[in-house]
Amino acid sequence: MLTKDHKRIAVLYLISVTFMFLLGGLAAGLVRLELTSPHGQLFTSEQYNKLFSAHGIVMVFFVIIPGIPAILGNFVLPLMIGARDLAFPRLNLLSWYLYVLGAIIVLTSFILGGVDAGWTFYTPLSSLYSNSQITLCLLGLFMAGFSSILTGLNFVATVHKMRAPGLTWFKMPLFIWAQYATSLIMLLGTPVVAITLVLVILERTLKFGIFSPELGGDPVLFQHLFWFYSHPAVYIMILPSMGVISELVACFSRRRVFGYEFVAFSSIGIAAIGFLIWGHHMYISSQSTLQNIVFSLLTLIVAVPSAVKTFNWSMTMYKGSVQFTTPMVYVFGFLGLFLVGGLTGPYLGAVAADVHLTGTYFVVAHFHYIMVGGAIMGLLGGLHFWWPKMFGKMYSEFWGKLTALVVFVGFNFTFFPQFILGYLGMPRRYHYYYFAPEWQVYNIMSTAGATVLGIGYLLPMFYLTASLIKGKDAGPNPWGAKGIEWEHADSPPDPHNFHHTVVVTEPPYNYDAIQDNDEFRKKWGAPPVTYKEDNV
Amino acid sequence: MNLNVLKYFPVMPEQASDNAFTYDLIFWWITLLAVFFATVVIILVGFLALKYRRGSTADRRNPIDHSKTLEYLFIGVPTVLALFTFWWSMNEYIKYRTMPKDGIEVYVVGKQWMWHLQHTNGVRENNKVHIPVDTNVKFTMISQDVIHAFYLPEFRAQFHVVPGRYTELYIKPKRTGTFRMLCAMHCGTQHSEMVGQVVVMSKKDYAEWLANGGDDKDVAMNPVEAGKKIWDSKNCGSCHASVDTTRGPSLVGIFGKARPLEDGTQVADSTYVRDSILTPWRRITKGYDPTMPAYQGQLVEDDILSLIAYIKSLSNTGAPGAKAPYAPTAPGGKKNLSGSGPNSTERTNASGSAGMTQFEEGASKQ
Repeated sequence: MLTKDHKRIAVLYLISVTFMFLLGGLAAGLVRLELTSPHGQLFTSEQYNKLFSAHGIVMVFFVIIPGIPAILGNFVLPLMIGARDLAFPRLNLLSWYLYVLGAIIVLTSFILGGVDAGWTFYTPLSSLYSNSQITLCLLGLFMAGFSSILTGLNFVATVHKMRAPGLTWFKMPLFIWAQYATSLIMLLGTPVVAITLVLVILERTLKFGIFSPELGGDPVLFQHLFWFYSHPAVYIMILPSMGVISELVACFSRRRVFGYEFVAFSSIGIAAIGFLIWGHHMYISSQSTLQNIVFSLLTLIVAVPSAVKTFNWSMTMYKGSVQFTTPMVYVFGFLGLFLVGGLTGPYLGAVAADVHLTGTYFVVAHFHYIMVGGAIMGLLGGLHFWWPKMFGKMYSEFWGKLTALVVFVGFNFTFFPQFILGYLGMPRRYHYYYFAPEWQVYNIMSTAGATVLGIGYLLPMFYLTASLIKGKDAGPNPWGAKGIEWEHADSPPDPHNFHHTVVVTEPPYNYDAIQDNDEFRKKWGAPPVTYKEDNV
Repeated sequence: MNLNVLKYFPVMPEQASDNAFTYDLIFWWITLLAVFFATVVIILVGFLALKYRRGSTADRRNPIDHSKTLEYLFIGVPTVLALFTFWWSMNEYIKYRTMPKDGIEVYVVGKQWMWHLQHTNGVRENNKVHIPVDTNVKFTMISQDVIHAFYLPEFRAQFHVVPGRYTELYIKPKRTGTFRMLCAMHCGTQHSEMVGQVVVMSKKDYAEWLANGGDDKDVAMNPVEAGKKIWDSKNCGSCHASVDTTRGPSLVGIFGKARPLEDGTQVADSTYVRDSILTPWRRITKGYDPTMPAYQGQLVEDDILSLIAYIKSLSNTGAPGAKAPYAPTAPGGKKNLSGSGPNSTERTNASGSAGMTQFEEGASKQ
């Protein structure tokens, strides 16, 4: 608990984020269960509102935002650039403590009565009208925000200053590019939301007139400030995942990522444009039509870098050697979900379609596909990829692949019906819908899917934990992967990461251009763990 | 196979207005794009993954790891499609955000947790609104507490209802029937209870319904009358007389005109009048001291709407109050209205004149 080793802090994060994920998932399950009936019989409306608020707050601020950066980023970022640790190891530990403190405060606020304003805390509902524990909860989120700022700061400094000799910017793995872009967003965006949350607290406690018209404030101002952070935050959630996918695709196709520079720049491009499109959450919020036009244009343009990435990942497999390991199965799962999530973005970016869809389950489905499908598939894929590096043990491939399949199927069953629900006009956050019985069939499908999805999310906890006890030793490079962390470090790595100073001479993903099949067989014929596919 | 089972799996709500059709068209266009790209990527990934699976004997000579042509294609095609989609949806959106000049106006007040609606002749409804078919219906909306969203799924119409400012939304119903009215913005405990109905009637039925005082047959005071009552009770006329006095500027004829303020000018629209009542110190008419008391917290949104209606009635051309300021442009024609019962036009006329009398009395007392 007092360690300054980035690898141990990553494990601390892994445990704490998993715990929060369980809590958030439990809340989600209860919400889904309640919606199977149009009359809402299990909970009162107030309890229901507190449940979905808890689900959103826990999942967004304590699972998806810190997820990949804090767990995988902390663990592999220094290893991947040949550094001995992060630039500020004590700051790294502090950021974990802030995370835990924030989580404890937020959970306390739930125990003391809960929060019913949703995770978006729109004013003046949150600042004047809600009688729940909002002040305490916002205080906790403020803490968590600082944890995120410190992590971002640490990563930026580390990437700038601690790369191994010879590791130029365009030799960096794409995961590092993605983490770098993410960290910039965290550094620039999080302070804005932190200040906004403080303003809400001030309005609640001292009646500062900032957001409530009764006090002379502007209710829409909050939305601008909130989405100025929270839209880029979506990219905090998805960019690291994209980085993970780039690593995985390259490794299991034995190819350099197709159009490396374009993928690297698309990360920075997404981060940059991501800051300019917050207004698409506010098309109908009474901002001017001109604002809507500009935001709509920029929003639809942001589809382009995402499309570039998707096509480049696909093309990476061209003339490669695709190995269907567990992480690669997650890549396919990610691609499927990201595709649906990404392609449903333009519905909400195009103002005319958004007018009907905003505030409905269509939005819920869309952002779950991106934020949960994208981010959690990437997190699980990355976790399975680097698990042997983190703990030196192999897990059961059978359970790994089965889980990926269960998660994929469960996910689609849960969220696809919600697109239809949204188009049918079911607003999100509705506790009951007795006036529209035709919505019930999709809600039941969704809840059934959520059950499958829940099982899928629970499985890794068992077989990954089991692998620690009776898993086969992984060896330093079980996948035959390229990259400093695989080629120069033990599994699990030494406290100081490397026995020697790493000097980089090769381009990234230098999986030798495979000239013909015989050479390929010689080079990659016998990885330590054998799979049915490689009976060569 | 019995296809009737499909009726249990509806995909979209009815199209009850013109824009529903165009909005759905845009929806299907994006769906077409989405399905196309999804198919391309799925086929591409599936094909490449299977052909180049480990151990297969596929030809792997001369691999490429980048291609400018392909990259520009990957960038170019989505950009063009995105720009086209943007351009189309924007045009349609602007069309439906430009408020029509004709048609009827209905006031919407959102409160935790109900929709309160007011017709211009004073008929009030809760969680239900009656409107005529084939007529532009403009909703002028304000919230009394938190932000709500006035959502009419069958009309593909939605807009936020914000405290402290008026927002507008218009629809043109194209068929009669009963449709849903929802609140799509989380507004507190009974958010899901904030649902109601939009009843679209034929023009004739609507005119009769309106003239007969709505569902309740309880003919409420019309907004001008109600506004006059508040005007009197708050003694507004003691400063705002029919002509400018040293204490305050006259409000006769100001509505819709630019006002010279201490810091620039502002058109006296509903928002201006509302703000001037609640927080008068913010916009002082040139040449006056900020002596007017603020009415924030003393008037509910309904009262303010009535006051605005009254002030509006003082601004109609000719003799102030002589013309009905709020006569609904009755779709069935005036005959329909005057033919049945106490009609709104007459009532408004009467009250307008009465209001003016009072107004002048107030002025002469000084």
